Amino acid sequence: MYAPGVNSSTTLSSSSSYNNDRPPSAEAVEVATDPASGGFFNSDYKKHDDLKQMLDSNKDNLKLEAMKRIIGMVAKGREASDLFPAVVKNVVSKNIEVKKLVYVYLVRYAEEQQDLALLSISTFQRALKDPNQLIRASALRVLSSIRVTMIVPIVMLAIKDAAADMSPYVRKTAAHAIPKLYSLDQDQKEELIQVLEKLLYDKTTLVVGSAVMAFEEVCPERIDLIHKNFRKLCSLLVDVDEWGQVVIINMLTRYARSQFTDPNLQDVDEDEESKRPFYEDENEVDEEQQEKRAPTLDPDHRLLLRSAKPLLQSRNAAVVLSVAQLYHHTAPRSEVHQVAKAMIRLLRSHREVQDIVLTSIAATATRRKVMFEPFLKSFFVRSSDATHIKLLKLEILTSLATESSVGIILRELQTYVAAHDPPFVAAAIQAIGRCASNIKEVTDTCLNGLVSLLSNKDQAVVAESVVVIKKLLQTQPSAHREIIIQMAKLVDSVTVPQARASILWLLGEYSERVPKIAPDVLRKMAKTFTSEEDIVKLQVMTLAVKLCLTNPKQTKLLCQYVLQLAKYDQNYDLRDRARFLRHIIFPADAESGGPTRLSKQAKKIFLAPKPAPVPESHFKDREQFQLGSLSHYINTKANGYQELPPFPLEAPDPKARDVETEPQVMEQAPLFTAKKVSSKKDSKFYSDTESPDESEEDENSSDEDDDDDEEEEDSSSDKDEEEDDNEDEESSGLEEKLPKKVVKSNAKPKSDEEEEEDESDEDDSSSESVSDSDSEDESSEPSSVPKKQTRNAKPAKESTPVVKPKSNLDLLLDLDDVSPAFTPIMTPSLGGFLTPMSTPSSQVKTQLFPDIQPASAVISPNTTSELLNKINSSGLEIKYRFTRSPHLYSPSMASAELTFHNHGPDELTDIRVGEKPTSGGVSIHDFAPIPSLSPGSSLMGTIGVDFADSTQPVNFEIKIGSDRTYPVALKVPVGEVIRAVTMSEELFLKQQGGLRGMNENTAKLSLTKPCSDLKSLTNKILTVANLGVIPNSDSSTLRFAAQTLSSKSTVLVSLLSSDNQNLTITVNCEKMVIGSMLITQLKACLAD
Amino acid sequence: MEKHWKSVISRSVCDYFFDHQRKASSPEDIPPVIATPHHYLISVYRSSMFFVAVCTTEVAPLFVVEFLHRVVDTFEDYFSECTESIIKEHYVVVYELLDEMLDNGFPLATESNILKELIKPPNILRTIANTVTGKSNVSSTLPSGQLSNIPWRRTGVKYTNNEAYFDMIEEVDAIIDKSGSTVCAEIQGYIDCCIKLSGMPDLSLSFVNPRLFDDVSFHPCVRFKRWESERVLSFIPPDGNFRLMSYHIGSQSIVAIPVYVRHSLCLRESGSGGRLDITLGPKQTLGRTIENVVLEIPMPKSVLNCGLVTNQGKYTFDPVSKLLVWEVGRIDVTKLPNIRGTISLQSGSPPVEANPSINVKFTINQLAVSGLKVNRLDMYGEKYKPFKGVKYITKAGKFQVRM
Repeated sequence: MYAPGVNSSTTLSSSSSYNNDRPPSAEAVEVATDPASGGFFNSDYKKHDDLKQMLDSNKDNLKLEAMKRIIGMVAKGREASDLFPAVVKNVVSKNIEVKKLVYVYLVRYAEEQQDLALLSISTFQRALKDPNQLIRASALRVLSSIRVTMIVPIVMLAIKDAAADMSPYVRKTAAHAIPKLYSLDQDQKEELIQVLEKLLYDKTTLVVGSAVMAFEEVCPERIDLIHKNFRKLCSLLVDVDEWGQVVIINMLTRYARSQFTDPNLQDVDEDEESKRPFYEDENEVDEEQQEKRAPTLDPDHRLLLRSAKPLLQSRNAAVVLSVAQLYHHTAPRSEVHQVAKAMIRLLRSHREVQDIVLTSIAATATRRKVMFEPFLKSFFVRSSDATHIKLLKLEILTSLATESSVGIILRELQTYVAAHDPPFVAAAIQAIGRCASNIKEVTDTCLNGLVSLLSNKDQAVVAESVVVIKKLLQTQPSAHREIIIQMAKLVDSVTVPQARASILWLLGEYSERVPKIAPDVLRKMAKTFTSEEDIVKLQVMTLAVKLCLTNPKQTKLLCQYVLQLAKYDQNYDLRDRARFLRHIIFPADAESGGPTRLSKQAKKIFLAPKPAPVPESHFKDREQFQLGSLSHYINTKANGYQELPPFPLEAPDPKARDVETEPQVMEQAPLFTAKKVSSKKDSKFYSDTESPDESEEDENSSDEDDDDDEEEEDSSSDKDEEEDDNEDEESSGLEEKLPKKVVKSNAKPKSDEEEEEDESDEDDSSSESVSDSDSEDESSEPSSVPKKQTRNAKPAKESTPVVKPKSNLDLLLDLDDVSPAFTPIMTPSLGGFLTPMSTPSSQVKTQLFPDIQPASAVISPNTTSELLNKINSSGLEIKYRFTRSPHLYSPSMASAELTFHNHGPDELTDIRVGEKPTSGGVSIHDFAPIPSLSPGSSLMGTIGVDFADSTQPVNFEIKIGSDRTYPVALKVPVGEVIRAVTMSEELFLKQQGGLRGMNENTAKLSLTKPCSDLKSLTNKILTVANLGVIPNSDSSTLRFAAQTLSSKSTVLVSLLSSDNQNLTITVNCEKMVIGSMLITQLKACLAD
Repeated sequence: MEKHWKSVISRSVCDYFFDHQRKASSPEDIPPVIATPHHYLISVYRSSMFFVAVCTTEVAPLFVVEFLHRVVDTFEDYFSECTESIIKEHYVVVYELLDEMLDNGFPLATESNILKELIKPPNILRTIANTVTGKSNVSSTLPSGQLSNIPWRRTGVKYTNNEAYFDMIEEVDAIIDKSGSTVCAEIQGYIDCCIKLSGMPDLSLSFVNPRLFDDVSFHPCVRFKRWESERVLSFIPPDGNFRLMSYHIGSQSIVAIPVYVRHSLCLRESGSGGRLDITLGPKQTLGRTIENVVLEIPMPKSVLNCGLVTNQGKYTFDPVSKLLVWEVGRIDVTKLPNIRGTISLQSGSPPVEANPSINVKFTINQLAVSGLKVNRLDMYGEKYKPFKGVKYITKAGKFQVRM
C-alpha cells in the first residue's frame, strides 16, 4: 500500500469463467444500444476492430461503451495494448467519464508504448493549468503515474508548481507524485527533497499525511527535515485522515527512537525481570522508578505520546496498532499498559485483523505480562475460531500464565485437549508443558495430567503428550520412575515416530533408573528395527550405545547387532552414525590395539548431563522487528524494512525542534495574571517587545512590509469614523510585535486540546494564503534569499518603541528594557474601556496572511444585557456589554465590559469569579476582584471569555464575600465571537472561492422599505456583528470580513442587491455553524 | 479482476495464494499474509471472495487489511451487497472506485460520502437518465468535503423529513462451560445511525449511565475532547448510514446471560449410537421475550445422521458439513423448547472423545443488556425539529455453550 513498490488488488472468486449469458452474436448490437450492459466479459478478440471504430466515432456514448469494454479487458488482465493509439486520441474527450477511463488505460499501458504515450502529454500540461482543482489534481496524478523516463523533467516541473498550488488537494496530489517520480528516476532525489521539505511545512491536515508518506518513501534517512515540523505534526495528528495517521505515527516512532533517550534506561532489563517468578512486584517497582524518572522525559517526547493517545479510540485498527507500537517502543514502561485495552477491542474485528493483532500481542506478552493479564479471558478460545487464531491465543495464554492465573488457564487447556482440531490439540498439550516448566508450583499437577493423557484413545494426543513429558522430565531429573516405566510400555502401542523416538531417548538417558526394562525395550526395538522410521532408528542406536556403556553385559551383543543393521541401511545419515558410534564403542574393530582415548571417554561423551530445554515462546525473537510491521508478522526482514534505531545515549539537541521559542511564556503567564489582578481598574494596554533573537519567522517576514503599508491605509481611511483613530493607529503599530507573543502563547503546550485544534484550523487557512502569495510573487523559483533580507531589515523596524500618548503609563516600563523578557505588561488606564483596540487575534494572521489586516470595530454596540439581577443577588447588579476590543490575556477572548452596581444597603466586599467552566475549549479570564463596593456606587470591570467559536452561553459563578455564590450565564450573540478584519477585494474574492459549498450560506430577503443606497445598510450590519468593511468597487455589493476569535477562521459576508429592495446575503465561513447563525442574525436585523 | 498501481505484476503471483488455498481446510484458515520470494500477498476473505493485495516492500499489514475491508465496505455501500456477480456486473464502477481510493499505493479518498459525490452509485433510474441525457456517473467537481474540516459529510443535503435514528445493538459474547457456569462473558455494543438531516446539523448525544463504557471507539466525526470531559457524543454526522461508535463492556463487569441451555449428549460406539437432549430456557431477560433463537451444533465427523424430535421449531442436519441447526424461534416461558432423539454414528470409526460446543443465536428487542440508555439528543446549528428515534437490540455475538 504505502511504501510497497507495487500493489495490485485482485478479486478472486471461486468460479473461473466469466462468460456472459448473452450469445456473442447479439453482443455487438446490444452494446451499441445499451451502454449499461455488461457484455465486456465476452472473450471475443475480433471485437478489437469495432472497438476501434467505436472509439473513432464522434458519439460519446459509443466511446464510453468502448472504453468500458477495454477496461473490462484490462481488469481481466488481458492484453489490450494494440488499442493504444485509438484510445490515446480520446484523452481530449470532453466527457469526463470517458476521460477518466482513458486515464486508467493510459497509466496501465504507457510504459509499453512510450512514444505514443508522449502524444498525450500536452493535454495534461494544459489540464495542469485548469481552474478546476479536481482537474489539475487528476492531471498531475495521471501524468506522474505514466512511467516514461522521457517526461521526467515535465513531471518535475509539474510537481514543483503543484506543491505551491493554492488548493490543498492539489498539493496533496503533488506529495503523492513525489515517490512516483522518485521510483522512475532516482537522480531527481535532491530536487524532490527540496519540494518535499516545502510540503512538510504545510499546515493543512490534508497535505501532511501524504507529505510524510512521500518522506518515508523518498528520504527516510533525512530525519533533519522533521525537526521543525515535529510539534506541528503532533498537534495536527488527530485531524489527519486515518491513513496519514498510520504513516505519521510510524515515522514519529523512528524519530522518537533516534531523538529521545530511553525512558526505561534506569530499569532493570525487562527480559530478566520477566523471568523472575514474582510478577506482582514488577508493577510497584515500576511505578517507583517511574516517579523518579518522570521529569526527565523530554517535553517533546511527552507531547508525542500525549497527542497519539486519543487515536487509540480510532475505528481504524491500523491506527490503533500503530499507536500501540509507538507506546511499546518509546513510552516509559508504566504507560505502555494503556494501549492494552484498545488492542483487546480489536480482537472483535475481522478475522484478518484478529490474526495480526494477536501476533503483536503474543510478541508483546513475552515481555510485558502484566499488561495483558487483566484481559486473560479475552484470549479464551472458541471452537468457531480459525485454527491459526486458536494457536495464537494459546501462545498468549501460556505467556501470560502466572501462579495466580495458571489454575484458570490449565482448566481451559484441559477443555481444549478434547477439541476436534488436531493441530490445536497438539498445541494445547505443548502449552500445558510450557506452563508446567515455567511455573514450578504446578509442574507435578501438569505432569500427572499429561500422564493421564497417555491413556487417551487418540494416537496424536498420546504422541504429543509423550514428547512434552520427555521435555518435562528432562527439567526434572528427580525420580519419576513410574512415568518412565509407563512410557516404556507405550512403545508397543504408540506408532507416531516422534513419540517413539522420545520414549527411546528417555529410556537411554535414565536407563539406570529402570535397569530391567531398558534392555528389554532395546531387544524389542532391535527386532523391528528395519521397519522403523529414520528418526526412531537413530534413537534406537543411541539407546543401544548408552545401554552398552552402562550395562555392557546384557546389551553388548544387541548393540553390535543394531549397529550392524544400521550399517546397511538405505539412509546415509544412519550409516554414518553407525560407523561413528562403532568406532567409539568398539574400537577393537578398527585396530586390534587397546581401547583408544576416545573409547575411554565414551561414557563422558554419551552420558554427559544434558541441559534441560527451556520451553520458550517462539515469539521471543521477534523483538528485533518493529511491532505491527510486515517483517514482524512474517518474522523475517521484509524488503525495504527499516530497523528501529536504538535509543541514543545522549539525546540530540532538542532545540532543533524549536520553531518559535515558547516555553518562557508558559512560565510567565501566571505573573501576567497576577499583575492584572493587582491593577486597580480594568486595564486596557499592554505592550511588548520582541526578544532580539527571535526573528525566525520563516515564510512570513517577507510580507510584512506590505502589511505596514496596508495598515496605514486602513487606519487613515478610518480616520473620520470614530474618536479613537489615534489609538487605532498605534495599536496597529503594536501589532507588529504582538504576533510573536500570540504565536507563542498559542503554541505553548496547553492541556486544553480544543485550543490546539482551533489553532490548527487557523493554520490551515493561513498556510493556504501563504502559498498563494508565494506562487504569485515568486512564480516558481524557490527563493529564500529575498526573504532573508527582509527579515534582517525587519527587527529594526519593529523594535521602535511605540509610545502611548493618551493612557496613564504609570507602570509602563521602558520598552527597550523589557525586550528580552517579552512579558506583556499591563498598564492600568482610566476610562480606556471604550477604546476599540485593534485585534491581537488577527495578529497571528498578520504573519501568515499577508493581506488580511485586523481592523478596529467601527461601531461598538451599546446594547447591554444583565448578567446578575439585583433581586437575585441581594443588591448587586451586573450588566455586560461586548466592547469588540480584544482581550489582553488572549487574543481569542472576547472582552466584555461588566458594570457592577450596588443597589443594596450594605457594602459588598470581595466580588470575584468563582468556579469557571473548563471544558470544551471555553475559558474565562477573570475580572480583577473588587475589594469593596459601597452602596449606590458602581464600578467597571472587564472579563475575557474564549467562547471557542460557539454561541453557547458560558456558565460561571460570581462570588461575593466568602459565602455568597451566584451562578450566572454569559450569552454571546454570534456577531461577537468574530472580529473585524479587512483585506483587499481581490483577496476577498479568492477566499470566498475557497469557501464554497458547505461553507457557504445564502439567503434572500426583500426590504420593507427600499433603501436608496446600499451603504446605508452598513451601520445596521455593523451593529449586529463585528465585521470589517472591505473597500469595494461595485456599488451594488457590500462586502465584510471577519475572523472567528478562537480559531481564526475567516468569515466573509457579502450583500448583493439587484434592485434597491431585494437583497442576497452570502456568508462564507469555515465554521458552518457560525456561518448559518450569522446569516440568520443578519437577516433579522435587515428585515426590520 | 486486477488493478495495478506503480507497476504491473504478473497474475501468476496469485498461484502462491492458490497453493495455500488448496492446502487450507477452510477458507478461514488461510493466513492473511503470505510471503513469497518477491512479493507479499495480503488477503481478506469477505462474502466468500478473497481480496488480495500484493506488496513488494515493508508495510504495516494491518494497514492493508484495514484498507481492503474498507474497499469491501464501500462496494457493499454502493451495490448494497458485494458478491462475485455484482462485482462483475459493475466492473467499471469498481474500477473507478479503486482508482479514487488508492493512488500509487496510498489511500486517497475512503469516506463513502466523498466517493459518492465523485462517483454516483449506480441505480436503474440514473442509468436510464444518463443514457438519455448523455451525462455520466462521474462528477466533474471536487467534493467540498474533501477540503473542509468535515471530510465525511457532503454538502447541500436536503430532506423533507428530517430524521435521526439510532440503533443500539449489543452483542453478548460468552463461553458457558459444561456445568452451565460462565467462563467468560463480555458485551460488544454498537451505535449505528441512520441520519437524514438537512444542512449542517451539530448533534450531541448523551447517555444516562455513561460510566458503563469500558472501552470505546468512534467514527472520526466524534469530538474526542468533549467525550473525555463530559462523556457526551458531540458530532456533525455524515449523511446516511454509519457506525457512530462501538464500545466494549469487558469481562471485569458482570454481564447478564439471557439464556440457558440444558443439554445432554452422549456419543457411544455401541450399536444404537448416541442420544441428544437439549432444553432451552430464559434467564435474566428483564421481562423481554427472546426471539429468533437458533442453535448450531457442529457434530463430529463420525456422525451419520440424526433422528430428532422437537416440540418447537425445525431442525436440519447437513450430513456433509455435519452441522445440526435447530431453528427454535421465540422462547415461550410456559413451554420450554426441547429437542431430543438419537444420533447414528458411523460404525468402526474411532470413538469421539469430547462433545462439540453449541453456538447459540438469539435477539431480544427493546433491551440493551448492559443497561445503557440514551439520555437525550440535541441538535445545534439548524433550525428545524428533527424526528428522533432510538432502538435497542440485544443479540448473541459469539455465544458458545460447551457440552
